[in-house]
Amino acid sequence: MPKWAMAIDLDKCTGCGDCMAACKLENNVAIVDAEQAADDRVMLWMDMMTIYEGEYPNIKLKRIPKPCFHCDNPPCIKVCPVHATYKNEEGLVAQIYNRCIGCRYCMAACPYTAKVFNWYEPEWADEFKTCMNPDVSLRMKGVVEKCSFCAHRLQKVKENARADDREISDGEYSPACADSCPAEAIFFGDLENKESKVFKLSNSPRAFRELEDLGTIPKVFYLSEKE
Amino acid sequence: MNEETKNTVDIDEALYRPIYETGKSFYFAVGFLLFIIGFTLVVYIRQVYYGLGVTGMNQPVTWGFYIVNFVFFVGISHAGTLISAILRLSKAEWRRPITRMAEVITAIVLAIGGLHPIIDLGRPDRVLNIFTAGRLQSPLLWDVTSITAYFTASTVYLYLPMIPDIAKLRDRGGKMVWFYEFLSWGWHGTEHQKKVLSRAINILMVMVIPIAISVHTVISYIFSMTLQPGWHSTIFGPYFVVGAIFSGIAALMIVMISFRKYFHLENYLKLVHFRHLGTLLLIMSLLWFYFTFSEYLTGVFGAEPHEMDVIFYKFTGTYAIFFWGMVVCNFLIPVVILAFKKFKTIPGILIASISVVIGMWLERLNIVIPSLANPRMGLDMGMYTPSFTEWTLFIGGLAVFVLGFLVFSKFFPIISIWEIEEGRKESVKEVEKRVTSYLPDPANSVE
Repeated sequence: MPKWAMAIDLDKCTGCGDCMAACKLENNVAIVDAEQAADDRVMLWMDMMTIYEGEYPNIKLKRIPKPCFHCDNPPCIKVCPVHATYKNEEGLVAQIYNRCIGCRYCMAACPYTAKVFNWYEPEWADEFKTCMNPDVSLRMKGVVEKCSFCAHRLQKVKENARADDREISDGEYSPACADSCPAEAIFFGDLENKESKVFKLSNSPRAFRELEDLGTIPKVFYLSEKE
Repeated sequence: MNEETKNTVDIDEALYRPIYETGKSFYFAVGFLLFIIGFTLVVYIRQVYYGLGVTGMNQPVTWGFYIVNFVFFVGISHAGTLISAILRLSKAEWRRPITRMAEVITAIVLAIGGLHPIIDLGRPDRVLNIFTAGRLQSPLLWDVTSITAYFTASTVYLYLPMIPDIAKLRDRGGKMVWFYEFLSWGWHGTEHQKKVLSRAINILMVMVIPIAISVHTVISYIFSMTLQPGWHSTIFGPYFVVGAIFSGIAALMIVMISFRKYFHLENYLKLVHFRHLGTLLLIMSLLWFYFTFSEYLTGVFGAEPHEMDVIFYKFTGTYAIFFWGMVVCNFLIPVVILAFKKFKTIPGILIASISVVIGMWLERLNIVIPSLANPRMGLDMGMYTPSFTEWTLFIGGLAVFVLGFLVFSKFFPIISIWEIEEGRKESVKEVEKRVTSYLPDPANSVE
């Protein structure tokens, strides 16, 4: 079984935020109004952490893209009372929107605050409604959602590979953020495939994962020369 | 026989009075409470219609008042059954006028508290998924299990000792005889019936103690099973149980003082009862402080950065006022009042109790919100301000509590009549015998 993982090269990343926009479009993520956004209810599957370090005049700014880390040992699925979030055999942590009761326990348990909640019935601008992605189901109010590593793309890739009777090649399955990144800083692939770019990057001396000491074993690797 | 019954009825007439005499103020109070509850219902329906957006919750503070109040109300519910069971088990004779009220608190408050997680759901229409798709590995399911068990056990434990009193009401005739006839289950006070009842109560009181302890332990597990700083603590189980009993005793005394005043029960609920309970409250206050001290000292000494974020948020940050308010309400005020006999009067005890109930609510707030507001990642601090909806539902919950008590007191005696009678008739001799058995035997009988 493949084990899908992501590597984000922070030395290449310019912090432009293209991945965030691509993700919203790809996954039909609702766009909340300004008032809601001010109340900390922005819905982003791909978030951008902005960290200011140091004091004036020596301020350093860090911009770090943050999707769901699809942990190998996810704290969120352990606490779900109804099996609405689970890890499938390919290592993707998935959500079942139609079963979620909206208790938000998974959000409270996630150390990476990767999940978002539909506080109201999701809404889109009229222009947006004409270009919804038909491959991604719409969510309803009162359920939790999060980055799926664009699992719908995996379905397509699998079907194509089965039709041609071949294995999925490296780089064939790639989520929207990785595809759109203008700096080519996001890599995606199979950790079990020792030839894959992601596997090599994950073993790079520059590679690290967030909060590794928690034992959640995230499948998103960051690469950076600096701390 | 007949004369004797009549005689005892006269003695305890004060306990029957609230059932048969209803003043205007009662109807006014019930009407007012029903109005609040009706309004709360409208506000809740609005929340279901629009979604949880009408609350003040957000990302990362995904839990707010509902969970705080859930923990708080279920904590209060420990007043009852647990205290009553412990007092019965330890044969504390002063328990007699207290147990009934304590048990009623449990039944009412547990029903309110148990509803809170459902109010908190984004999709209350899917709540039955926990039965069709439930995962027993989730601490939330442990909660569902232990709260249902506790609710069942405590309502039975409330009902059983009420049977002889219901039979008394049936025998008196007057209003709703059919109702009491049905509920009294053909109780005639025969020797056999008394034996069965006392056995049933004995079994229940032993059973109910571990169930009650499990309830609040499991509620603490909701938090401590996660990896979040401020929550991931092994001490949480006993810490929550201590806090629950602590707030429970305080709530019980507030209820007792109100009934004593409005139903003129000064003859039954004497200062000595409050002093005994006050001593218990003092012990719990010290125990609570010990747990709080241990919990925060380990955090501060270890100084893990994420843990420190949460601790500073409470000590000096946004929640400083609530944190130090909690310490004052839960420790300083009750200890000063309860440790000195001079202050340990009924008004003094009332102030201490109210202060503890407020303090314990603040404690629940201090546990739930700061950990969520300081996520490990994301680095921006969350902010939570409860909305109008959340306040209304909180007040509505309190209104249900008061209404529940008022209605109960109109149908059933709020103090166990038969247990008082039993105390008068038998316990004095029994206690004398018991105390004699503790003493050394006369010198000549020892070899």
